[in-house]
Amino acid sequence: MKRQQFQHPYLPYLLVAPQLAIILVFFVWPAAQAVYQSFRLEDPLMGIGEFVWFDNYASVFDDRQYVVSFVFTIVFSTLVAVSSMTIALLLAVKADGILHGESAYKVLLTWVYAVAPAVAGIVGTFLFTRNLGPLYNLLVSTGWTFNPQVNVFDASFTVILVSVWKQVSVNFIYFLAGLQSIPVAVREAAKIDCKSEFRRFWTITLPLLAPTGFFVLVINVTYAFFDTFGVIDTMTRGAPAGGTSTLVYKVYQDGFLGLDLGGSSAQSVILMILVLVLTAVQFRFLERKIQY
Amino acid sequence: MKKKNQILDHIILISGVLFLLLPVWIAFASSTHRPEVILGQGLQFWFGDYFWETYSAVLFDGTGFTGKVNALLMLGNSMILGLGFSIGKILISTIAAYAIVYFRFPAGGVIFWIIFSSLLLPLEVRIIPSYEVVAQMGLLNSYTGLILPLIASATATFFFRQFYKSVPEELLESARIDGAGPYRFFVDILMPLSTTMIAAIFIIMFVVGWNQYLWPILMTTDEGYYTIVMGIKNILNELEGNNLPEYNKALALAVLALLPPVLVVVLLQRWFVKGLVETEK
Repeated sequence: MKRQQFQHPYLPYLLVAPQLAIILVFFVWPAAQAVYQSFRLEDPLMGIGEFVWFDNYASVFDDRQYVVSFVFTIVFSTLVAVSSMTIALLLAVKADGILHGESAYKVLLTWVYAVAPAVAGIVGTFLFTRNLGPLYNLLVSTGWTFNPQVNVFDASFTVILVSVWKQVSVNFIYFLAGLQSIPVAVREAAKIDCKSEFRRFWTITLPLLAPTGFFVLVINVTYAFFDTFGVIDTMTRGAPAGGTSTLVYKVYQDGFLGLDLGGSSAQSVILMILVLVLTAVQFRFLERKIQY
Repeated sequence: MKKKNQILDHIILISGVLFLLLPVWIAFASSTHRPEVILGQGLQFWFGDYFWETYSAVLFDGTGFTGKVNALLMLGNSMILGLGFSIGKILISTIAAYAIVYFRFPAGGVIFWIIFSSLLLPLEVRIIPSYEVVAQMGLLNSYTGLILPLIASATATFFFRQFYKSVPEELLESARIDGAGPYRFFVDILMPLSTTMIAAIFIIMFVVGWNQYLWPILMTTDEGYYTIVMGIKNILNELEGNNLPEYNKALALAVLALLPPVLVVVLLQRWFVKGLVETEK
């Protein structure tokens, strides 16, 4: 905080009031409701409910579909984060070193940031449509009996590819900014000391890029958990058999389509705890391992 | 040797560009064809002769249950959502961050933590109780209900807090010596300093608001409030039910849905990248 500050009897309260009111009504209260409802069994049609302690949590963990969704979310997030970060890093390194056309490449590699995941999902659906989509035709021509309606692997492949496509641009922006913030003196010194471009990348550039990389990783995990809702809802709706349903998508399915409020709230609370743990890990554990 | 390397680099970069561009290119090219062509020969890589027919039908002809929804209406709603979200968020967060950074007040610490706790949990994890709160307040199918709950996250407040903290101490000192009060200092000194920051955050928030999907789906049952990003799916279902699925129209809708935010980001490239990168710190 600032050393120099204003003092006023009511002005600061007036200034934070709008933000605070919105947060209390639309954040704190609903979050508290989710916790409360996760301990209750409600009948939405009859309008009655009772307190059932941890029953909802027990049935969530007993639900085989939840385990399927949990495993899918982990695999999905890992693959999306690793693939889109790798592609973006490669492109950023190349764009950083290119002599001609850097600004054109920058525009052409960043615009996808502005495409909504749901719109990406719609376009992706068309590209994978049986007999009509070029990607479908391409995959089938390799001998792959591609059938995302029935086969979980094929369906996962489609949502992962579209989610990666959507995320490359954001990662590219951050990696390029990270690369360009490495001081010229360091780069020049590295060039003199180490002739091999490949070794220079591994021993100098990559360690210096670690803070950016860590930040991008956090963004990607958040993206894969939450923002890919639009991709999944437009492409597979969790099908076949819940095989492509992320945890967030399952909260929506069970709560809104299945009207299981208690179960859905319990899943929400588990997700909240998961996010809090991830945040704690982010601050405590990983940051210490990275050299600045 | 050096030259050869650069050629390889260009090949890699161009592959990246094509990987990103081709899906949207194919969507746009196919949307300019007759539905029979798409059904018979698949999606197209080059343009057809049906551009005007497809786009005028999508933009101006009514579809949906009520027969009143068209892309123009949905684009208008998306614009209201995008602008309302970004402007609302900036208005609220600039003053909240100002109070947090520049004032010493008893409840300051507690308020700070309440506001920033909202950074931890995205709307998606508390979606059902949020929906219930909005329903109880009678805000379903309204722009207020669409926009306000989305603003309930402190991202922008956090950015502005970081930015204000980087403003030199001496500015406030000298402003005080010149007799400036909290209002003068905010309007005459802090706001002019923040213009680039505000522009950058505005661009990012506009894109985030425009691209909302799950929340508008829950909030709007009245077709008059459909935004283009969430409206496509409903219209897609309808188009597929026809004897002759008009995929050209569905693809045209997708192109229309992504065009405005993409244009904003491309035209205001420098500010947008600055906004993304600066706010990271």
